[in-house]
Amino acid sequence: MKNLIVSIWRGREDGRFVTYEAPRNESQTVLDIVTYIQREVDPTLSYRFACRVGVCGSCAMTVNGRPRWTCRTHVSKVVEDNRLQIGPLANLPVIKDLATDMTRFFERWQDAKGAFAPTATRADPIAAIKPEDARRQAVDAGIECINCGVCWSACDTVRWNADYLGPAALNRAWTLQNDARDGAAKERLSAVAQKGGCQACHSHQSCERHCPQGLNPTASIAGLKKMSLSAYLRGELK
Amino acid sequence: MSFRLYHLQRATALVLAPLVLAHLFVIFYATSKGLSAASILSRTRGSDGWAAFYGLFVLAAAIHGAIGLRNVLAEWGPAPLARNPRALEAIVWTLALALGALGLRAVYAVVA
Repeated sequence: MKNLIVSIWRGREDGRFVTYEAPRNESQTVLDIVTYIQREVDPTLSYRFACRVGVCGSCAMTVNGRPRWTCRTHVSKVVEDNRLQIGPLANLPVIKDLATDMTRFFERWQDAKGAFAPTATRADPIAAIKPEDARRQAVDAGIECINCGVCWSACDTVRWNADYLGPAALNRAWTLQNDARDGAAKERLSAVAQKGGCQACHSHQSCERHCPQGLNPTASIAGLKKMSLSAYLRGELK
Repeated sequence: MSFRLYHLQRATALVLAPLVLAHLFVIFYATSKGLSAASILSRTRGSDGWAAFYGLFVLAAAIHGAIGLRNVLAEWGPAPLARNPRALEAIVWTLALALGALGLRAVYAVVA
């Protein structure tokens, strides 16, 4: 097979794409290519990865213009004209090369009260939640987020609205709102109905289109919109 | 967008949807029947129904349009404006009041 022509972002925000060549192999992933270049061509290339099997969420990058988890993206699926362009995730400051500063992304999880608030202690019996329970099914639909930042990078509203909590944080809030064991539903609903909360979403569904886990944060956000309106009509939300 | 503005925009959209359809029907009716200005005015003058219909239309459109423009400016406008909530409020209130005033004046002109 012909060598692959790979353009990789080098430097910070004011950096540029630098072109490399990498040998093609069967079943090769985009992360394999980045790793090859770092190990064999230019050891100063910075990027992140950990698990290599789609669990840790640390290797997301922009591949041929789209945000993707690089460890589970086969080169054969995304290569165009024997070329790959690999950049850092969009909507995040670039630290160096392919590594972004994800502080803001994770701060938004805090702002959306994305932490479970327990209502029982370890001495209490385990809550009995049936798998067919409607709320549990809503949790199941959104729970497999790996915090990779692909949805944040794909989202137009994140790009346009500095206050926006983002698809991942709101999806997390929705799963917690449906968790029968959680005790912070009121505070969380108030947090996600503020300026920059769920009402800021334009329902473009780029998050759903790009989520490597096949989640639909837009649907979770729509759930929060409905939930906050009915809480407002009941006088529980000011 | 704030919680209140978001729902105010949805509520006015709900009001506007049937009104816009009725308005389009009126336009098609008036043009297909070849109604003159005088015959249109003879139907609208003194009519509480048309005054209420277009009065509500104007108020809903003024609110809906102003909130929509506020969002467009906040997300797509030049940074100094988009990040200045007071300037946004001023522009939007001016637009809402101007649209409302001009619209109500037009309604008054055809129903009074």
